[in-house]
Amino acid sequence: MIKLQDICRFFKVGDETVHALDKVTLDISRGDYISIMGASGSGKSTLLNMLGLLDMPNSGSYQFEGKELTTLSEEKRATFRRENVGFIFQSFHLIPRLTAAGNLELPLMLMGMAPKERHTKVKDALANIGLADRANHLPKQLSGGQQQRVAIARAMILKPPLLLADEPTGNLDTHSGNDVIKILEELNASGITLIVVTHDLELGERATRKIKMLDGKIIEDVTSEKPI
Amino acid sequence: MRILDTLGFGKIALTANPTRTLLILLAMSIGVASVIILTSLGEGARKYVSAQFETLGSELLFILPGKRETTGGLPPLLGTSPKDLTIDDALSLKRSRAIAYVAPVILGAAPVSFASREREVVIFGSSSDLKAALDLPMAAGHFLPDDDPRNAASICVIGNKLKKELFDNKKAIGEWLRIGERRFRVIGELSSKGQSVGMDLSDTAIIPVASAEILFNKASLSRMIVKARGKESLDKAEADILRTIKQRHDGDEDITILRQDSLLQTFDGVLQTLTWALAGIAAISLIVAGILIMNVMLVSVSQRKSEIGLLKALGAPTSQVLTLFLSEALMLSIAGGIIGVFIGLAGAKMIAYFIPNFPVQTPLWAIAASLIVTIITGLIFGSIPASKAAKLNPVLALSDK
Repeated sequence: MIKLQDICRFFKVGDETVHALDKVTLDISRGDYISIMGASGSGKSTLLNMLGLLDMPNSGSYQFEGKELTTLSEEKRATFRRENVGFIFQSFHLIPRLTAAGNLELPLMLMGMAPKERHTKVKDALANIGLADRANHLPKQLSGGQQQRVAIARAMILKPPLLLADEPTGNLDTHSGNDVIKILEELNASGITLIVVTHDLELGERATRKIKMLDGKIIEDVTSEKPI
Repeated sequence: MRILDTLGFGKIALTANPTRTLLILLAMSIGVASVIILTSLGEGARKYVSAQFETLGSELLFILPGKRETTGGLPPLLGTSPKDLTIDDALSLKRSRAIAYVAPVILGAAPVSFASREREVVIFGSSSDLKAALDLPMAAGHFLPDDDPRNAASICVIGNKLKKELFDNKKAIGEWLRIGERRFRVIGELSSKGQSVGMDLSDTAIIPVASAEILFNKASLSRMIVKARGKESLDKAEADILRTIKQRHDGDEDITILRQDSLLQTFDGVLQTLTWALAGIAAISLIVAGILIMNVMLVSVSQRKSEIGLLKALGAPTSQVLTLFLSEALMLSIAGGIIGVFIGLAGAKMIAYFIPNFPVQTPLWAIAASLIVTIITGLIFGSIPASKAAKLNPVLALSDK
């Protein structure tokens, strides 16, 4: 599904050039469950942003199902993100003034879907994550676990094939963290490619393919036969 | 994204911070209201002056001897001297159907005395038509009789101020005055309203035009005051006057015609400009409100960084983020504008209530213009923060916690 070839991303900090990604080459197949681990500053978040086209490489090639993405215009990249990528963030990034339903509705609204169609989809999605009765709650009225579940539902509402999660359990207690992981793994089991960036060893070990990064390079890439 | 959704998104964003939104609305509406109130006052002043002119009669034409060039430069030193305007000229104009009254006027100054009191005043030599043309109200007695103006009768009509100076509160009608070397009997007295543009008749004595010819020893009129039969007859009256005088003066068009309606137009133009100037001054407050919008929007953009990053992650392109923030600014400015129009109209009504004599009139163009300026202000000052939002790097925006 995804082919990264010699991807480089560097930032200029003062006189120094920091290589966030240093010639990263990576193949990802549809349905993969990948964890990316590494110390802070190892480039794992940059790699995730790169995969989601939020960031652009300075050099190298990124092919998605045979299509080169590094040459896309800003407008086309936005369309790609909408159609192919779901993002999960450590801090959920729900819009505080919108209700759970309103947050779920956002991607549908941005693409111009009719309100009627949107409402059915939102209702179904809320029921799927078990929050049907919380539709009109604001994020601050929901627990962390509930907020992250809303965020996952939002990421998946347009059924993208690729789900990118940046420390999805970082702000959660163990119990809600486990709930969230369960949902993510269920999605993966249904065929969605799941890529998780995490510090959490336990979470990282659950993935079938474990990538370790250091100083912008992939230093370890292990695929186990079956999930633990 | 649908327009309604864009507006809905903006509405939620604006109502999430009511204090800030209300403050901007206040600033914007004060700006619009001040434009409307000030232009209402300016327009009211214009209408007031027009109305004053109307009551004086805008059907008046003033005929002066000699051709006045308005192109500037030196007057013709060696040109032909204009022929005198005569009483016969005046009488000949009466034949025009467009003309209602023709008052020949000889102006001069002479000492007027009664008993031991004496005053130097302006003497009007004219005819009975002067009263009709200028609509002069009488306080007592009669005006000059409607007979042949070539008749040099020894009678006079005095203004109310002159009457007070010479007679105090005693009866003046029937008394004999001395004007210059001649004696005149007072037959009438003007009331205090006897006033016209550029002429104060309260401190004058009016005598028959033929008597004035003798008194000042001249056979030419200072001017003629003509009243047309209506506003629509003004042009015809002017043409008739020119033709008649040209005929009588051997083909020389040696008169100048001043029309009161052209004077009114000049005033009107000046006051219109004044109204525009007032609107312009008030519009400065709209710009100030625009800067306030920009300021608040800039703060809002930096507070909502992560939201902007999220929108981009969810697949909103730059143009969409721009539209979202721009429509917020526009909604603010338009809402402020509409509130301002209502405050302005209410303010104008209040002024009209407290100063009933002053006609306050809100011109429609002021309402339209201030709303348009409001929208432009919103667009211009909203576009800076909106483009700042649109250009945000999504990675940095999302990492901003």
